[in-house]
Amino acid sequence: MKSLVVTTAISLLLAAPALAGKAFVSNERGNTITVVNTDTWEVETEFFAGHRPRGITVSPDGSKIYVCASDDNLVRVFDSTTYEELPSLPSGPDPELFILEPSGKRLYIANEDDNLVTVTDTETRTVLAEVPVGVEPEGMGMSPDAKFVVNTSETTNMAHFISTEDYKIKHNILVDQRPRYAHYTADGKRLFVTSEIGGTVSVMDIAEDGTPTVIGKISFEVAGVQPEWLQPVGARVTQDGKRLFVALGPANRVAVVDAQSLEVLDYILVGQRVWQLDFTPDEKYLLTTNGNSNDITVIDVAREKAIRSVQVGQQPWGVVTID
Amino acid sequence: MGRLSAALLAAFSWIAFAIPAQAIDVKAAVLRVDYPTLLPISRYDLRPDDLGFAGAALADEDNGTTGSFLGHTYETTTIATAPEEADSAFDALLAQGIRLIVVQARGEDLLRLTDKAAAAGALVFNAATGDVALRDDQCRGNLLHIAPSDAMKADAVAQFAVWKKWDEWFLISGSNPQDIALAEAYRTSARKFGVRITEDREFTDTGGSRRTDSGHVLVQRQLPTFTQGADDHDVVVAADGTDYFARYLSYHLWTPRPVMGSGGLVPTTFHAAHEAYGATQFQTRFEALTGRYAKPQDYNVWLALRVVGEAVTRANTADPMGVRDYAVSDAFELAAFKGTRVTFRNWNGQLRQPILLYDGSITVSVSPQDGFLHQVSPLDTMGLDRPESNCTAFN
Repeated sequence: MKSLVVTTAISLLLAAPALAGKAFVSNERGNTITVVNTDTWEVETEFFAGHRPRGITVSPDGSKIYVCASDDNLVRVFDSTTYEELPSLPSGPDPELFILEPSGKRLYIANEDDNLVTVTDTETRTVLAEVPVGVEPEGMGMSPDAKFVVNTSETTNMAHFISTEDYKIKHNILVDQRPRYAHYTADGKRLFVTSEIGGTVSVMDIAEDGTPTVIGKISFEVAGVQPEWLQPVGARVTQDGKRLFVALGPANRVAVVDAQSLEVLDYILVGQRVWQLDFTPDEKYLLTTNGNSNDITVIDVAREKAIRSVQVGQQPWGVVTID
Repeated sequence: MGRLSAALLAAFSWIAFAIPAQAIDVKAAVLRVDYPTLLPISRYDLRPDDLGFAGAALADEDNGTTGSFLGHTYETTTIATAPEEADSAFDALLAQGIRLIVVQARGEDLLRLTDKAAAAGALVFNAATGDVALRDDQCRGNLLHIAPSDAMKADAVAQFAVWKKWDEWFLISGSNPQDIALAEAYRTSARKFGVRITEDREFTDTGGSRRTDSGHVLVQRQLPTFTQGADDHDVVVAADGTDYFARYLSYHLWTPRPVMGSGGLVPTTFHAAHEAYGATQFQTRFEALTGRYAKPQDYNVWLALRVVGEAVTRANTADPMGVRDYAVSDAFELAAFKGTRVTFRNWNGQLRQPILLYDGSITVSVSPQDGFLHQVSPLDTMGLDRPESNCTAFN
């Protein structure tokens, strides 16, 4: 605790003019977003975010929060400072997860009930395209060069590589049961796809032209935990491409993986049914949403230790942070 | 601790290379035998015309979507038949060249049809009967059981009772053959998990006017006296395979106790209010397609055809024995909205699966319960384990 206070104080000194960072947590059952101050770890406020809010992200300038309001069949938009609601975006039915391209212009949304990925223009608020994919699309990843969007379909069990030029699927890769999440390394050379029921993370190397090649699979084991409960869901890789963190759902742990050798190094105990992850922008902390204990766990990334938990709303699902 | 498995890697590379696969047109069928029965106690249990078939329609959609990326198509024929016409209906399916057949029928009919299928090299999926013998010495090498056995369901109930420390049971069973078989499953479970049946009574099926306007008046007078004077018990377990009394037990017992089994807290593969483990997605897709709530039989048929789809997708085969071999192999696993992968027992062709405990409106619990351990899979704490099954057809 003491060391945390000291670190925080130093970081405040170094980054003198910076305002307090914030984490926005979507609460699936509470229909709200909880705002957590990432310096003090106090809850600032909680506001209505539509019905069944799940996927959550932020515009590149940090000014707008986008959230998939699954049961409202649209993407709701909020001002990240005032929390006022801004005009919504069309999303297609039952949006679950989405990814915003780096320019902030196009949003790629997985429509879980309709086997579609919807592409929405965030400026004109119109649908640009609908891409048919496998059954129960969920995970959405984007290559850093923004040329490919990867969608995972939970019942078809594929990663679909969609070109952002013509919205056509260029590659389909079968992975293990119930793929939940796809995440590229910052250099775009590697892609991780988590499979919740398969209990694995598929690892693909990505060629210059975006072609994936499966190079291996990461599996997990924790003494005293039934293998069935090790269910990989959310994942994040550090900017330097060295560490992969994988949320393991009902195992209540986040796995720490060497992202190059693919060796699992450690398991960090967090809250119950850990779902999605996000780093703070300075990558000092990793936040986990814990759906069954209604809290988020704060992990010190350098020390790879959980340092505290913060109570949020009902059934936290996704999290995004801003400076 | 963690590791990268070379064996898995090898298997996986093979799968990755297997795309694009060769074109396969998969033809399957669902045969449902409709037995003459009395109306159910509850209108909620009325049999829809498309019972099971609706699950096939959803499975065709799901498999077809996946198949569209691989050049595979799926087409499932559905047939409902009277018991006396079941054989000719089944022959007609075989004559059409269909070799993957999901059957909803009672044990004896299922067995006869399965043997017919064996002669034609066809694979049968049992989507309905819980008959334990079919997983035991009456098993067949061309028969995979999607429906859980009565033993699995009884064990699911028994584990929950043990977890609750309700280890003294009052067993009330019906007098029809299915009721008697079910009661035997509960007695076996009680022995297996160290539960004592302190009272064991049969509630004889004498027929009656239970659904007439004043039926409840009689029920309210008869059941308390029937259950009077039982030895001390924590819970009443009902074995009513023919649905004539168990649903009435709650609130009409002499000694107020929870009811489990065929009434009260019921073991089931699936129900329309189940929403955990992503099941909401199954429910919404099913309801959008069919305009009604899903029944366990719909789920069973869907799951049977998903097994076929998985074999076609991963092993590139729609050959009946190819599907069977892949299904019972270590490589097979399937997500089924139950929080864990489902697989087959390679000693009797039974699908391992969690059993939901359902009170008529929500999932109260899911078995296997915490603390019931097994060297292979916690799911094998329910039903006939390898040493208990006398099945040799898979050796």
